[in-house]
Amino acid sequence: MSSDVMAIQSADAAGRSWTEVLHEWVTTVDHKRLGVLYILYALFFLVIGGIEATIIRIQLMRPHNDFVSPQVFNRMFTMHGTTMIFFVAMPILFGFANYLVPLMIGARDMAFPRLNAFSFWLTAFGGLLLYFSFLGGSGLYGAGNAPDVGWWAYAPLASRAFSPGHSSDYWTIALLASGFGSIGTAINIIATIISMRCPGMKLSRMPLLAWLNLVMSGMVLLAITPLSAAQLMLLVDRYLGGHFFDTQAGGSATLWMHFFWIFGHPEVYVLIIPCFAFASEIIPVFSRKPIFGYPVMVGATVCIAFVSMSVWAHHMFTIGMNSYANSFFAITTMAVGVPTGIKIFNWLGTMWGGKIQFKTPMLFCMGFLFQFLIAGLTGIMLSAAPFNWQLSGSYFVVAHFHYVIVGGILFALFGAFYYWYPKITGRMLNEGLGKLHFWMFLIGFHLTFDLMHIPGLLGMPRRIYTYEPGRGWETLNLLVTIGAFIQGIATLVFVANLIISYFKGAKAGNDPWDAWTLEWSVSSPPPAYNFSSIPTVASRRPLWDLKHPEDPDSRYE
Amino acid sequence: MATITNKHKTEWKAVAARIMGVFVILAGIILAAALCTASEPPANSIPSIFEPRSTPADSIRHLSFFVLSITGLIFLVVFTLLTYVILKFRGKSGDRGREPAQVYGSTQIELAWTVIPILIVVVLFLATARVIHAIQDAPRPVGAVQVTAIGHQFWWEFRYPMLGIVTANELHVPVSDPTHPTPTFLKLLSADTDHSFWVPQLAGKTDLIPNHPNETWLDPHETGLFLGQCAQYCGTQHAKMLLRVYVDNPEEFAAWVRAQRQPANQDEKKAAGRHVFETTACLNCHAVGGTNGTGRFGPDLTHLMSRHTLASGAAENTPENLRLWIENPDAIKPGSLMPAMKLSDADLDALVRYLETLQ
Repeated sequence: MSSDVMAIQSADAAGRSWTEVLHEWVTTVDHKRLGVLYILYALFFLVIGGIEATIIRIQLMRPHNDFVSPQVFNRMFTMHGTTMIFFVAMPILFGFANYLVPLMIGARDMAFPRLNAFSFWLTAFGGLLLYFSFLGGSGLYGAGNAPDVGWWAYAPLASRAFSPGHSSDYWTIALLASGFGSIGTAINIIATIISMRCPGMKLSRMPLLAWLNLVMSGMVLLAITPLSAAQLMLLVDRYLGGHFFDTQAGGSATLWMHFFWIFGHPEVYVLIIPCFAFASEIIPVFSRKPIFGYPVMVGATVCIAFVSMSVWAHHMFTIGMNSYANSFFAITTMAVGVPTGIKIFNWLGTMWGGKIQFKTPMLFCMGFLFQFLIAGLTGIMLSAAPFNWQLSGSYFVVAHFHYVIVGGILFALFGAFYYWYPKITGRMLNEGLGKLHFWMFLIGFHLTFDLMHIPGLLGMPRRIYTYEPGRGWETLNLLVTIGAFIQGIATLVFVANLIISYFKGAKAGNDPWDAWTLEWSVSSPPPAYNFSSIPTVASRRPLWDLKHPEDPDSRYE
Repeated sequence: MATITNKHKTEWKAVAARIMGVFVILAGIILAAALCTASEPPANSIPSIFEPRSTPADSIRHLSFFVLSITGLIFLVVFTLLTYVILKFRGKSGDRGREPAQVYGSTQIELAWTVIPILIVVVLFLATARVIHAIQDAPRPVGAVQVTAIGHQFWWEFRYPMLGIVTANELHVPVSDPTHPTPTFLKLLSADTDHSFWVPQLAGKTDLIPNHPNETWLDPHETGLFLGQCAQYCGTQHAKMLLRVYVDNPEEFAAWVRAQRQPANQDEKKAAGRHVFETTACLNCHAVGGTNGTGRFGPDLTHLMSRHTLASGAAENTPENLRLWIENPDAIKPGSLMPAMKLSDADLDALVRYLETLQ
């Protein structure tokens, strides 16, 4: 063990050749390095997925556009969805969890460092495999292609009859591989949180970020397994003559839908709960108050996790379930709104009476709050099954879930970047560029996704490569595309900020935000194995206690 | 002291102005978009879900207005609170180091913002369940028209089993008089992948799933043409699987039914074209009543010329488009399953002339 410590420390020393550095990064089992690898990997795919989105938006800029062929367009939206969910959102959140959870609970590493590395490389392999389909999709006959079955790959469209060649297989196996990676990381996070907390850190004293990642990991175990099972069944159908989803031979198309959405819906919460976690760390620090209603926040999260396991068929209101099933899934879906609302109110309560500092991380969290509120309310509209019969499968739904994923998840993630970048690199991100990034992205986001609801209300279905003129969709689609470009430019500002600040940013010091959780007690970047001596905590805000010995939190617990 | 207060006030105003500015810009954009949209309409060309012309679409709009007003109210309350908090509790440059009162929570407040949302959910659910039941479990009156809609990659087959009619892509239904309702009940089947039947002004969408028959119904109370399209991704040409529903008054509908039940035109002057149809691959996929063509992979052509569009709404039904469609379908609908027929010009002309007689 001590020789590993030595190796990692000496890696930072200058004068080593790049091959040695590369070797150290590839073979690392250090949770912080794996966290950074996850994040860089996800940022790479964020750019790729963004380019795909741009191609989609250029094509839809005007009716009967022929920027790309229908085949290419269908591949673009399939790859965009698959990439953004499985190879951007999941790994980036796992990256932050990997980096932060051990630091915040006073541990020196994850419980299973080798499993951690294995999980990352499995996920990385999945992403590369998916993109190799562009070359090898048809089986290396010279004309490859990427999957074009949509990111749900509904049966029987993904069966051999309708998706010949190997493009769907690349999709299946890529998701299977990254799914195993996700399960590995989830097990690791759970084990770390259960067994590696420092002395004094009772579950009731854990930072909310650790709590929420614990809940998220539990959900990953429950949600990814049915997806993996379904992928295996699809492979059996395609290669071993199975008939699970083969409707020509008595199989069931709706069975795939159930399997997919019992993964797919909890997945939304798998992605948003870590973002709740970011907001629950950032909002208190920049309001200068502890989180309002800590036990209620934990309870609401667990409640969301439970209820969200029973809402999946609200993605399937149009498939002809009977009125009782539709009513059941309507009420469970509406019920999720209650604990989610509680969380929003608690963040409000945290800010109430505070002294709010509008640094860039906080600005992004404010954007997150407003937008997540709207996303939640459009979600309530979609949960009213008859209303859903009009909205589902239309651009209204596309706008709704982008409101969740971009307006909620991505805004919180940007906040997390600005907040923890100093810890990870030792340098502050530039505030000026950060504010420019925020305001540009905010305007682009609202231009794109506010307006995108309307074509859906006017009857525009999703996943169409072109549309007829004269239906009232033209101007809106043009503006939506312009908004997408503004977001693209804002993202470039962000990437530029990441790079420039890495070399030129102001030195961060240990604790640039005057924050209260354990990661700020160590140097930036943290030393190998984090803590030279394992800390002992007496409250939820150990650094508050340290800074305010006259009025420590521990007095009130 | 006074200067400090003033300074805070100007900061406060600057932020308020900035936020207001963003909202004014956004509101302006949305208004402009709405105006552009509003200036384009020939009636019914915009398939808006908020302009229903049929009973199920009507009840959905009622429900949607109810849901919109409740969610709108929640939005206003929370939005106002958030904005208030952001403006009111801004940190001042002077209070560096002085922390606000540390408050950890309040059981009463938590209880309040748990119970009120639960009550709202109950109300929303009851309203929703009522409409689910009203639409899904609607009784079928005696005068109902029965249609079987079959989704194909990438077109619609419509069969009227009681009337003995087979047609494609353009559905004709009678307008329904509330005193003697003649709704149309559609049995929804699929020949290949999943599709979805969606004509926003007439009803919400219902999927057509292979091996899983579904049902939906329309009860239009206004005549006219209503537009829709496939709303479940079904493959390459999902985008051009358009739907046209003609709501006819009873006389028009009866006339349409009579015309559709006529046998196909057997004009001997066009026998050359019919010969082409009967001796090439056309008849593998297409049917024309009274010929040996009985294929079902493609649309029934017996009354092709009674339809306004070709290729499931992708092109207007003109002789030029028809010729182009037969010669090179990819020019109109790339990826459609109709192959290019590779006919000689003479055969092609004869075939088009023949098809033009199929009124």
